[in-house]
Amino acid sequence: MADLNAGDAIPGLSVTPDKYLPHRYAGASGDFNPIHIDPEFAKAVGLPNTILHGLYMMGLVARANAAVAGGDPRALKRLSVQFRGMGAPETEIAVSGTVKSVDGGTIVIDTVAAQGDNQTIRNAEAEVLIG
Amino acid sequence: MTVKTEAVGKEWPATTYEVGKEKIGEYARVIGLDNPVHFDREVAKTAGYRDVVAPPMFCVVYSAPALGPAMFDPEVGMNFAAMVHGAQEFEWGEPACSGDEITTTSKCLEIFEKDGKGFYVFETRSVNQDGAEVVKGTWTNIVRGV
Repeated sequence: MADLNAGDAIPGLSVTPDKYLPHRYAGASGDFNPIHIDPEFAKAVGLPNTILHGLYMMGLVARANAAVAGGDPRALKRLSVQFRGMGAPETEIAVSGTVKSVDGGTIVIDTVAAQGDNQTIRNAEAEVLIG
Repeated sequence: MTVKTEAVGKEWPATTYEVGKEKIGEYARVIGLDNPVHFDREVAKTAGYRDVVAPPMFCVVYSAPALGPAMFDPEVGMNFAAMVHGAQEFEWGEPACSGDEITTTSKCLEIFEKDGKGFYVFETRSVNQDGAEVVKGTWTNIVRGV
């Protein structure tokens, strides 16, 4: 992967979280906010249905960026994201990215997570060490 | 109505979290990570880690508890009914491994109003048992109609 240049696309990833993914993410993360796991509660506060945890989608963005360095957990040094749209379970999430700059062993990648036209995470900037 | 800013600079008591092997595996599986350094002690040690290593974003598991008291502090006065998680940044240092005891402190960095929305920015800093910084988090919550 050391041959990446500015402007190159990273491999990215595509995941369709199943209906119960938010429950498993709630358990794994400790975030049991009912808007993620209780459809009645979500609708009562004006949402169309339960929504994905933003930090779960950020986890997928982190995964796609670390994959550039072979999935080495030490490679991801910084990740900054903006949450812009709500994510829905049972809908495909595509994470894509473009190399912004390469400086020695550090590359900066601009990443987007989207469900169709709905960009749930935008302006995600990752700093990844490549060896 | 305007946002209250007296909590800017306020810090809250530290929380401590002991990282466990099975908790790392549970998180890694949900995210779909398959690197064995997150599951297998021997593989992790061979790769140069003290023990099974957490994925970077596992930091939410050990750092978020320190943020709770900050977010619910009446001096901060966030309206949760109109709040969304607007932005998030993490900067990682020393990796977090099973058996680590991680202490996190939280601080209110900024509160300001822009385009009728309130922005509440908090910082968490997490250090391990050796005093090495594991992660620094910047959490931005946005409240509509302040």
